[in-house]
Amino acid sequence: MSRARENLVSYLIVGPFAIVLAFPFYWMLMTALRGDNDLYSVENVPFKFNDGSPTTSNFRFLFEQTQYDKWLANTALVGAVVVAITLVLALPAAYALARLSGRWGQSVGVGIFLTYLVPPTLLFLPLNRVVAELNLHDRLWSLILVYPSFTVPFSTWLLMGFFKTIPPDLEDAALVDGASRLGALARVVFPLSVPGILTVVIFSFSLVVNEFVYAITFISSTDARTVSAGVPTELIRGDVFYWGALMAATLIPAIPLALLYNVFLNRFIAGFTGGAFR
Amino acid sequence: MAVVASGRRWQDVFEERRFLGPLLIAPAVLFIAVLVGAPLILAIYLSFTDATAGSLTGEFVGFRNYLDAWDSENFRRALRNTVIFTLVSQAIVLVGAGVLAHALVRDFRGKWILRLLILLPWATPVALSTVGFLWIFHPLYSVVNWTLTHDIVPGGPAFFPYRAVDWIFARDFWPGAIQISPIEPIDPPQWLGEPNLAMAAIIFAHAWRILPFATVIFIAGLASMPPEIDDAARVDGATGLKKFWYVTMPLQLPIALVALLFGIVFTATDMTVVYVLTHGGPFNSTHMLTTWAFDTGINGSALGEGAAISLYLLPPLALVAILMLRFARRVEVT
Repeated sequence: MSRARENLVSYLIVGPFAIVLAFPFYWMLMTALRGDNDLYSVENVPFKFNDGSPTTSNFRFLFEQTQYDKWLANTALVGAVVVAITLVLALPAAYALARLSGRWGQSVGVGIFLTYLVPPTLLFLPLNRVVAELNLHDRLWSLILVYPSFTVPFSTWLLMGFFKTIPPDLEDAALVDGASRLGALARVVFPLSVPGILTVVIFSFSLVVNEFVYAITFISSTDARTVSAGVPTELIRGDVFYWGALMAATLIPAIPLALLYNVFLNRFIAGFTGGAFR
Repeated sequence: MAVVASGRRWQDVFEERRFLGPLLIAPAVLFIAVLVGAPLILAIYLSFTDATAGSLTGEFVGFRNYLDAWDSENFRRALRNTVIFTLVSQAIVLVGAGVLAHALVRDFRGKWILRLLILLPWATPVALSTVGFLWIFHPLYSVVNWTLTHDIVPGGPAFFPYRAVDWIFARDFWPGAIQISPIEPIDPPQWLGEPNLAMAAIIFAHAWRILPFATVIFIAGLASMPPEIDDAARVDGATGLKKFWYVTMPLQLPIALVALLFGIVFTATDMTVVYVLTHGGPFNSTHMLTTWAFDTGINGSALGEGAAISLYLLPPLALVAILMLRFARRVEVT
């Protein structure tokens, strides 16, 4: 097959998938930019802008009339603290499992990873009671406490994969030069694993942004919501729908996350498969 | 020099194996034990008691919660829905991701932009993209229905897509679950208002968001295949489908199975898509075990029974975990 024909085959396969997978985002954008008169008219062709569109009124409504900005801030805060806790717990564990503990380490590593498979939907009922007993209900601390239970297993696994790709000889050289094991860790291994650590930061953060079950169970007051819980519960009320604003609210977190995913995808694959598939 | 270095190293490793290693691992393991292990045990304990929302303890009632749950019509429907939801969406994802990964592993012009578009559903928080599907399947303003019932080739020959859909699917040839009654342009399908269509919408929305992740895993598997295998296959005259069947697929099977098992876990235990899209409706027809447990345990305050319902998921999960360990080991060996 000639190169041009091979390319054509690729487009014919990938193109339809890309259209189906990306269409909802095109549609969110079209909706977010249309005014209510345009949106709720059955006569208008929805694929083009009609009377009064495009407009930024939905975005203005979202930030002026709703608590959306508060939810974004809550999500960012929870995300930042959870990522910090995750790194403190997962970095040393992943390093030790990758280097120091041999075959026994592999088993513990797999065991930690398996806990990632225990879903929130099995744990939210008892945890909801525990959160209530600790007086953390309706407070972001409840999420900060519980979220590392899935980010730590996930991150430990990824970091284990990254650490295995750093040749042990480098640390041995530092050890020979008189550095302690922890000194070698801080001065040789961590600087080399910055890309891996960044990948873990981004994917743990996005796990936090994604989380829904705990967020709707532990938090019920409007101003303590995260984005994932706030948009579907607070902006959809009975029969009153703010579809334009809803679609704007959906797009805003999606776009930066998609760009970050795209940049870090190859590293993610390397870490995710590096732990087991070597 | 080498002898001295390795001597030192062994001494260090000996010390560290005993102390430093466990010391570094302990905080993470303890944290996970407290926040995953303990709640899991608590859930199992609660499922054997009559605890209600206000307390963490209750009278021991044996298997009554499990039996009560089983006797409820809604529970059995939720169980059946969970199985259908998991199997159908994973079948779609497996085939889709396999095809897509094969096409994406090659280089071609404009690949990066297509890859970005394909990654979008994975990067978007699920609860939010599902809100997008609420709008796409809206009873009055659904873009799907608009497209189905309008002439989409203006100026040319009148073409109404719903006629094509009718021509394919409104036939006795199809089994009941697939066959549709002809679409009325005045009364288009209520995607979220009719049990079968609502299940289809849930399955579609979920497959849509898992597909990119499965594709990524498949690409990783394909990329790790040594190029010599390609050459060897070419020398032996294996091309196209033949090569896929005899060379690529057997080599990709373990990683595909791992991706599939992951998909099964994240689908069977997912609550977000159903909760946002239909909340189990219409008339409790699309509940999954997860949403039914949520409604029973949180909204209905029957903590014990809610825990029992969600714990019906545990045995299949354990089975999947064991299978996954098996296959992960096989991947390691190859």
